[in-house]
Amino acid sequence: MTRTLDQTTQEVLDLAARHFQVAPGTLAPSDDFFRKLGINSLQALELLSRLENHFSIELPDYEMQGVSDFQTLAERIQSRL
Amino acid sequence: MLDLSQYQSIGEALRDAMQKYSGEICLIEADRERENHRLTYRDFQQRAEPLAKALQDSGFAAGDRASIIMTNQSKWLISAYAIFYTGGVLVPLDYKLTAPQQWDLLRHSGASVLITEYPIWRQLSVAEGRAACTNLRWVLVTEAPANADLGGAQRWEEFSAAGAPQFVPRERRDLASIVYSSGTGGQPKGCMMTHDNYLEQCVALTSLYPFWPGVRYLSILPTNHAIDFMVGFFGPFTCGAAVVHLRTLRPEFVREAFPKYQITYVSLVPLVLKNLQKGLQARFDALPARKRKVFDFLVRVNKALTRSHPRLWLSRRLLPQVHNAFGGGLRAMIVGGAFTEPQTLQFFYDLGIPVANGYGLTEAGTAITVNDLKPFRADTVGKPLPGMEVRILHPDAAGNGEVAVRSKTVMSGYLNEPELTARAIVDGWLHTGDLGHFDAQGHLHLVGRKKNMIVTEEGKNIYPEDIEGAFDSLPVKELCVFAADYIWPRRSMVGEQLILVLHFEPGQNLTDELRREIVRRNNQLLNFKRVHGLVVFENDFPRNASQKVLRDSLRDLLVGLDRATAVQPL
Repeated sequence: MTRTLDQTTQEVLDLAARHFQVAPGTLAPSDDFFRKLGINSLQALELLSRLENHFSIELPDYEMQGVSDFQTLAERIQSRL
Repeated sequence: MLDLSQYQSIGEALRDAMQKYSGEICLIEADRERENHRLTYRDFQQRAEPLAKALQDSGFAAGDRASIIMTNQSKWLISAYAIFYTGGVLVPLDYKLTAPQQWDLLRHSGASVLITEYPIWRQLSVAEGRAACTNLRWVLVTEAPANADLGGAQRWEEFSAAGAPQFVPRERRDLASIVYSSGTGGQPKGCMMTHDNYLEQCVALTSLYPFWPGVRYLSILPTNHAIDFMVGFFGPFTCGAAVVHLRTLRPEFVREAFPKYQITYVSLVPLVLKNLQKGLQARFDALPARKRKVFDFLVRVNKALTRSHPRLWLSRRLLPQVHNAFGGGLRAMIVGGAFTEPQTLQFFYDLGIPVANGYGLTEAGTAITVNDLKPFRADTVGKPLPGMEVRILHPDAAGNGEVAVRSKTVMSGYLNEPELTARAIVDGWLHTGDLGHFDAQGHLHLVGRKKNMIVTEEGKNIYPEDIEGAFDSLPVKELCVFAADYIWPRRSMVGEQLILVLHFEPGQNLTDELRREIVRRNNQLLNFKRVHGLVVFENDFPRNASQKVLRDSLRDLLVGLDRATAVQPL
């Protein structure tokens, strides 16, 4: 399945909303997920693991250093699809 | 282990460790289930020397500063070795800081070299603050993809030179590293640590928790942190032990690493330790009733038989399932960075897994007190390490006062901050800002803080002054953020919270609109920086001649309020 960046971004937002049980549509691509979701680093790793399973890719922790917004996260995922 | 009393510097001790333990394994690096490499001390030296030579050829000399911003991996330690070998001063920075914060500290430290990873550099190279950091001459980047734009950096892997580097001796009093104990606010606190500080601390710590060839330390805490630098690098290396790096912190891979690499020691922050406790408790709770009964009985037997001191061999036989899950060779878990709840420590000790809890400050080396397990005490932070003089200043009727430390491990001061240093170190005694007392057995109990700050379970130091910017230009007359326990001491070191103190314009009230705006701004902060309550104060804040809020005077005024009624939950 080929996805556009917009589709990938939307899937990331939907999955994050489901995982952290926030209302769908409340998250935006530019949101800082640590701030918006109020999560700690361990919870962010949980999200990465769920995204890996969903997209069937590997997202190394060290490549995610400094990434805190959904848009950049989606771009990193897109480059590995 | 090496006789560190014979050595003048970290570089000299590490150099001799390479010779003495040349055939032993010193580093294992794994990425999930894949092992990247396994290095002997000889291999390690062969990888570090070309880097040291290239640094020297580029003009890097004794006393020059080099920063490392990397996740835990073998190149962190190889780079640090090269810096110490060439007489440099290490500036280890937290890879979790934001890029502008990292630039601030790079500038403040005066580093001429930066060694970092490509994913970090990708953010850093385009971030605000780079232009102002004129002291930086070289940037070395590890693991950059083949066609990556390096933004003016060089590849770490290609930064090497043939020939033997010249070892540059240093003296014990010379600066070895600058470690930032905080620095996200306006006043970075760069602790200047000497070679003497590290050599003395290493001797003290390894006397209680020894390393030897064959011991394996799982390095999870960031190596820029004082604890991991000591027990995840300098300590094991001077004893011929091995350090295991995982390129991931996902709990499932960390769990697998214990049996896979036969881990002996690991260091954790309280948050991770509590997570481990939760996972184990869930497994125990899922046991069928009969098995659970037997298990509980064995735990009680273990508890009774290890009351006076740990008996690892016995605990491993009584509770093999638990110990095998940790590889069967775990001797202790070291917990640091923040205060740990006694019930968590007790939970692990009852299973026969000692947790080395203690108390320390970057300013004092690594640790001031450590639990010596003779016997295990969950209710204290242990006894002073050998060589540490610890006293309680101005004790109250209950014996509680500020903890002060005098030792060869105490920093020489804060970089470029003589006034801050003079306030922290008085007549040779480091004033920690923490409050506590000693019991009859010589164990230190911490009961609160004299300083206006909180420490989270993740080991993050949060200074209220750093939070106030989030509420700038809020339509009130004035505001101030405090650690609630600083105003109303609670005699507890867990569950610390921040509060926002507001003073309104005449006739102004706390409207729903204002409250919503405060909540909105608060939610833009990282979760551990958020304020948990509001206090409406009726009078003007005391200020000095330059209109700066006198926080201590304001605190003295707030103390008179009743905490329960004054703090409105946010």
